[in-house]
Amino acid sequence: MSEESTLADLQEYTDTDYKWGFTTDIEQDTVAKGLNEDVIRFISKKKNEPEFLLDFRLEAFRYWQTLEEPEWAKVHYPKIDYQDISYYSEPKKKELKSLDEVDPELLETYNKLGIPLEEQKMLAGVAVDAVFDSVSIKTTFQEQLKDAGVIFCSFSEAAHDHPELIKKYLGKVVPYKDNYFATLNSAVFTDGSFVYIPKGVRCPMELSTYFRINAAGTGQFERTLIVAEDDSYVSYLEGCTAPQRDENQLHAAVVELIAFDRAEIKYSTVQNWYPGDKEGKGGIYNFVTKRGRCDGESSKISWTQVETGSAITWKYPSCILRGDNSVGEFYSVAMTNNFQQADTGTKMVHIGKNTKSTIISKGISAGRSDNSYRGLVRATKGASGARNYSQCDSLLIGDQCGAHTFPYIDVHNTSTSVEHEATTSKISEDQLFYLQQRGIDEEDAISMVVNGFCKEVLNELPMEFAVEARKLLAISLEGSVG
Amino acid sequence: MLSIRNLKAAIEDKEILKGISLEVKPGEVHAIMGPNGSGKSTLAQVLAGHPFYEATEGDIEFQGKDLLDLDPNERAGEGLFLGFQYPVEIPGVSNTYFLRNALNAILEYREEEPMDALTFKKLLKEKMEVVGMKDELLKRPVNTGFSGGEKKRNEIFQLLVLNPKLAILDETDSGLDIDALKVVSDGVNNFRNEENGVVLVTHYQRLLNYIQPDFVHVLMEGKIVRSGGKELALELEERGYDWLREEVN
Ligand SMILES: Nc1ncnc2c1ncn2[C@@H]1O[C@H](COP(=O)(O)OP(=O)(O)OP(=O)(O)O)[C@@H](O)[C@H]1O
Ligand SMILES: [Mg+2]
Repeated sequence: MSEESTLADLQEYTDTDYKWGFTTDIEQDTVAKGLNEDVIRFISKKKNEPEFLLDFRLEAFRYWQTLEEPEWAKVHYPKIDYQDISYYSEPKKKELKSLDEVDPELLETYNKLGIPLEEQKMLAGVAVDAVFDSVSIKTTFQEQLKDAGVIFCSFSEAAHDHPELIKKYLGKVVPYKDNYFATLNSAVFTDGSFVYIPKGVRCPMELSTYFRINAAGTGQFERTLIVAEDDSYVSYLEGCTAPQRDENQLHAAVVELIAFDRAEIKYSTVQNWYPGDKEGKGGIYNFVTKRGRCDGESSKISWTQVETGSAITWKYPSCILRGDNSVGEFYSVAMTNNFQQADTGTKMVHIGKNTKSTIISKGISAGRSDNSYRGLVRATKGASGARNYSQCDSLLIGDQCGAHTFPYIDVHNTSTSVEHEATTSKISEDQLFYLQQRGIDEEDAISMVVNGFCKEVLNELPMEFAVEARKLLAISLEGSVG
Repeated sequence: MLSIRNLKAAIEDKEILKGISLEVKPGEVHAIMGPNGSGKSTLAQVLAGHPFYEATEGDIEFQGKDLLDLDPNERAGEGLFLGFQYPVEIPGVSNTYFLRNALNAILEYREEEPMDALTFKKLLKEKMEVVGMKDELLKRPVNTGFSGGEKKRNEIFQLLVLNPKLAILDETDSGLDIDALKVVSDGVNNFRNEENGVVLVTHYQRLLNYIQPDFVHVLMEGKIVRSGGKELALELEERGYDWLREEVN
C-alpha cells in the first residue's frame, strides 16, 4: 500500500466516523474503544462486506457475550478489559517520530539480524519516508500465481472477489463457537490471508504474507483460510523473524486449513512478537486457534512452528484427519526466556482409517520462563489402523525456568498404535565446555547446542526461513547464561 | 611455552592436585603416566579451564599469559588444545559446521580473517587423509553415535585442523585397535614441529614407541613423583608402580 492511498484511506475513514455517529471523544485518528454490535456493523460496513459475513460476525458476537474468559492452569496474566480495546484500528499505525524513540534493545536485535534501516522503521512502527522498492517484485509474483490459477489475496479482497468460496469454507474448520478467542476473532477479525489452490495445481512458489499485495500490518485479529483442492500442493510461510512491536497487546488469530483428496498443505510459522522487557513488562499476548482438516483421502497437513516471541503464547495447531490414509504433522520449537510463558502443543484427531500423525516438539526454557507442551492424540472408533508417534523434548537452561509436558491420549479402537517419548534435559556443562575448548565462546556454544537440539524441526522449515530461525534462536538466548 | 608452578587444584573442595610443577618448551613432547585416579585428567582439565575444577594455588603461564585468567575459549584462542579422554556428543550439530565455527572463532580471537569455505574444505580433505577419517563421519553430528575409536580419531582430526600451539592428549590411545593406534600416532607426529608442544597422557609404553617423548613424568596422588627420559616408561612397563610408590613413601 502506498503512502498516498494510506492517507486517503485515513481521510475517508475519519470522515466515516462522524457519519456513523461516533461521539465527540474520538480523537481524529482513533476509533472509540469498546465492543458492541454497532462497532461490528461499522467494521463490516467499512470493509464493504457481503451480508453473510456481517451475519457471521453478529452471531459470533452474540455468542461471545454469553461466554466466560477461560482460565488456564499454566498461564498467568492480568485480566483483559475487552471494552478498553479499539477493534478497528486506524489503517495507519500510531507512529513514532524516529528510531530514537524505540527500545534500544529492539534496535540492537534488528542490527544483529541485518535488517536494513528503512525496514527497521517499518517494524518498529516509525514513519517511513522512503518508499520500499518491493512493489515490482510483488507484482511479478502475483502474475506467476495468476498463471497457475492460484488465488492469494487479503481476506477482505477475497470477501469481495470470491464470496462464494469464503461463504463455503469460513468457520468450517474452526466454528465460531470453538473457543473464547476464536469466537471473539469471528466477531471482529479485521483482515488476513486467503489462499485457494485449484485441483491438480502445485503452487509454483512458497507463499509468504510478505508478497501479498496490499498487505496491511499484521492485525490484532487475523483470519487466514487456505483451501487446497484435490491433488494440489502449497507451502505457506507466516511471520517474520524480526521482533515486531505492536500497540495492541492482545492478538487472537484464527487459521483454517482444508485439504481435499491427496492435497498437501505445509504451513510454517516463525512467531516473534515483542516478548516484553527483561522484567516482563509489555509484550504481546498471543492466543491463536489454528486447525487443519484433512478431508480428502491421503491428504496431508503439516504444521511447523518456531515460537520465540510474545509474553504469553497459547496455541495448538491441530489436524482433523478425516480422510482415510491422511497424514498430520506437527513440528514445533518453542523457546521462552526471561518472564515469557508458553503453552503450546497440538491435537491430532484420527477419524479416517489408517491415518497417521507425527508430533515432534522441542521446548527450550531459559531465565525464569515457563514452557508447557500440551498434546492430545485421539482416535475414534472408526479410525482403525491409526498410528501416532510423539516425541517431546525439553531443554532447560539455568535452574529458574520450568518445562512441563501434558500428553493426553484418547483411543476408542483396538488397532490404533500410539507411541509417546519424552525427555527433559539440562543443557550439559560438558557439552558447553567441549565447544568452548575448541574456541567457541559460551553464548555461541549454547546456541549451537540449542540449534542441534531443534534440528529435526528446523529441517522442516524452508531453507531461507531455517537460516533466519537459527539466527533468531541464538539472539533470543542472549543473556540467558551466567 | 607452558610453565606450571606449584599448581594445586580441587573439585568440590576435595584437593586432587597437590603441587605440580612442569615446564614445556616448543618442540618438546612430554608424556604423563601414573595409576588410575592419580590426577592426570584433572591436570588436563584444569589447564583447559573446566568450570568444575578450581585452581587453589600456584600459577600457570602459557605463551606469556596468565592462563588461569582466561576463559576456556580464550585459552583455545591462545593455542591450547585438549584431546578429551571422553569426547562429548553434541546431537544435531554436524562435525563440519562445528569445526568451521571453532576455527573461525580462533582466527577471530587472533584478529585474523575467517577462512573461506573453499580453503576450509581443502584443509578438511587434507587432514582427513592423514587420520583416515571417513567422509560420512564429517557429516554426522559431533561424536554422536561414534564408536570409541572413531571418537579418538576425531579428536586427532580436530587437532590437525585447528593446529594449536600446545596439544594435551588425554589417553587418546586408549580403546584403539592396533591399526588405529598407528594412525593416531602418525597424526600426532604429523602435527609435531619445532614450534609446538605435546603433552601425552597415557597408560601404555606402546604409544611411546610411535611417538618418541623427550620427557616422561609419573603422577601419583596429585604429585609428579618422578621425571625422566623415555627409558622411565620402559621401566614402569616392566615393574609397575609399586616400587615407585614405596620409594616415595
Ligand atoms: N567430579 C568429580 N567429583 C569428585 N571426585 C572427582 C571428580 N572428578 C575426578 N574426581 C576424583 O579425582 C581423582 C583424580 O581423577 P582423574 O580423572 O584426574 O584421574 P586420572 O589420573 O585421569 O585417572 P585415569 O587413569 O583413570 O584416567 C579421582 O580420585 C577421581 O575420583
Ligand atoms: Mg584420566
